[in-house]
Amino acid sequence: MALKDLPTKECYIPGSAACPGCPATIALRIVYKALGKNTVKVVPACCTAVIESLHPHTSFDIPTMNIAFEAAAAGASGVEAGLRMQGKTDTTVVAWAGDGGTYDIGIQALSGALERNTNFIYICYNNEIYSNTGIQRSGATPYGAWTTTTVLGKTEFRKEMGEIIMAHHIPYSAQTCIAYPEDLFKKLRKAKSINGPKYIEIMAPCPPGWRFPMEKTVEMGTMAVETGAWALYEVEKDKITFNGKSKLILEGKIDRKPIDDWIIYQGRFRHLFRPKKDTKRIKEIEEHIEKMWERYRSCYL
Amino acid sequence: MKYKRDPKRIRQVLGKKVQFILGDMACVYGGLLAGCSFFGGYPITPASEVAEGMARRLPRVGGTYIQMEDEIGSIAAVIGAAWGGAKSMTATSGPGFSLMMENYGFAAMTETPCVIVNVQRTGPSTGQPTLGAQGDMMQARWGTHGDFEAIAFAPSTVQECMDFTIEAFNLSEKYRNPALVMTDGEVGHLRERIIIPEEKDLKLIDRVEATIDKKKFIPFTNSQTRKNCKVPDFPTFGTGYRTYVTGLTHNEKGFPATDKQPDHERLVKRITEKIIDDADKLVSVEKFNLDDAEIAFVTYGASARPTESAMEMGRKNGIKVGMLRLKIVWPVPEKEVHKLAKQVDKIIVPEMNLGQMVHPIREAANGNCEVICAPKIGGEIHYPDEVYKYLEAK
Repeated sequence: MALKDLPTKECYIPGSAACPGCPATIALRIVYKALGKNTVKVVPACCTAVIESLHPHTSFDIPTMNIAFEAAAAGASGVEAGLRMQGKTDTTVVAWAGDGGTYDIGIQALSGALERNTNFIYICYNNEIYSNTGIQRSGATPYGAWTTTTVLGKTEFRKEMGEIIMAHHIPYSAQTCIAYPEDLFKKLRKAKSINGPKYIEIMAPCPPGWRFPMEKTVEMGTMAVETGAWALYEVEKDKITFNGKSKLILEGKIDRKPIDDWIIYQGRFRHLFRPKKDTKRIKEIEEHIEKMWERYRSCYL
Repeated sequence: MKYKRDPKRIRQVLGKKVQFILGDMACVYGGLLAGCSFFGGYPITPASEVAEGMARRLPRVGGTYIQMEDEIGSIAAVIGAAWGGAKSMTATSGPGFSLMMENYGFAAMTETPCVIVNVQRTGPSTGQPTLGAQGDMMQARWGTHGDFEAIAFAPSTVQECMDFTIEAFNLSEKYRNPALVMTDGEVGHLRERIIIPEEKDLKLIDRVEATIDKKKFIPFTNSQTRKNCKVPDFPTFGTGYRTYVTGLTHNEKGFPATDKQPDHERLVKRITEKIIDDADKLVSVEKFNLDDAEIAFVTYGASARPTESAMEMGRKNGIKVGMLRLKIVWPVPEKEVHKLAKQVDKIIVPEMNLGQMVHPIREAANGNCEVICAPKIGGEIHYPDEVYKYLEAK
């Protein structure tokens, strides 16, 4: 499938209050194209809860509920049950949350909904920080990254949410990235066609949060995948398939680009390069990623 | 690394004596000065600056900042840290404060000293992030289930954000009860001049640690080392005292007594009376033009600022009006308000909600004068003339 084959119908309409270069809007546009108008969206506290509908504008035309921070998946469980009670089983129920609302405060509700076999799609747009409250660290923030609460760089590595989700043995889960709209679209369409809980996580580089120029959002996404910091894969009935460049990296057909190539362009890692290059921490990041790929190879190849 | 309050180091981190800073940052300064060594944070507007300020500064004075996975985690970690021996605090706003409610009660029930800064924003629910309100005043008092007593400050200025955070630590340590700094988005995001007090002017209170013979120690009863004191000595974890801390109704030894009425009554009466008995000592108010007043404003926090202007307008126009500003809102200074109610014809309570503190104030007035509410909601403080019009209303 090529980009030109995506539906021309737009459900994400002008009126967003997002920052220029916002990855969430890039992703939402594809999400709406893939899922269509017969969709209900549940959103916890996150950037989207603010940017999509600041009066008098609105940037979408599907029913949406902005619910409490910890409650996206639980709220979606209720919406799904309510619609089912009305006999409406063809409506797609989507929970759309950021990484804070997924990795941290929302993981309890998410895990519960997956375990209860709720028929919905949970989408996490992961920009690796709490951006809505002004760039604080989250469970998804990578090691070494500056945030307003990790001023010298984060001292812990991020969680592997994809593998936590895998441990729930749900029918479908996937990792994708805003830089690959066809991949995102395909995964959403597949998720829509499957009954039961589905989880899709979208890598979403955030210009103000990561400190890079707003026109570089897509490039940052591409580099996240090409350096192996982020992997594109999907898991169907416990069988994992890597996609695109990630597949080639897994199979050893191409080499990962050095992590420097990605992080040097992000102001959040500036302290690793100036005034002196912090080779120790950069090496630790590189080794951590390599270890992740070794695990992928040993488990999934 | 063991934390020891090091005044020199703290002052190095805080910097100049006179500064122009945010209300939120003043809470950070207050915490550091008080000897806070643990902060459990979670980002929420308009309180994030407190967490950010602590994340930067606390490690530099030897303390620990942990960003938790949610506000339930923050308050729970703060409680844990207190039992581990730290003076601990967290900061949040409306939705986070709601999430903290269960553990807020746990802290009261287990007599855990800790400080919560609530930079209030409008609610219910997500409300208006970044815009101030005073809508959590009743939640501070009644938000968690069961009987307990609240200790809450309401700063009107950035200076008070710092001073009251120190005071909140003092009272929380003294009474072994959570203490709240109920500031709001307006004061929290206000920049003003503050003066950092000299070390010799700081009065800091630390919890009284258990020191008696370990075999004779009883953890949840009147102090065994102080006379007529209903606050038990604190058996910090790791000091060798047998300590069992539970939110279940517990007997004096700390063990669950969930089916025994007398145990519950004795426990809950003690943990409330330790504060009620001292309520008169806890009164902290500021009086303006009350000597000859016929009308009085009773207010607190950000609302006191426009109210003071309204009072001055009234005085200029020949209205005998005064103002009573509550610095500590919980416990309510009932005797002060009662005395005032006997003197004036009318009490007006301007507050940034639809009427919360007006209720205990009306109760304290006990019918001696009319008590009316001057509400304002929507994330703005009152304009002085909005308050003034209540002076002229018949």
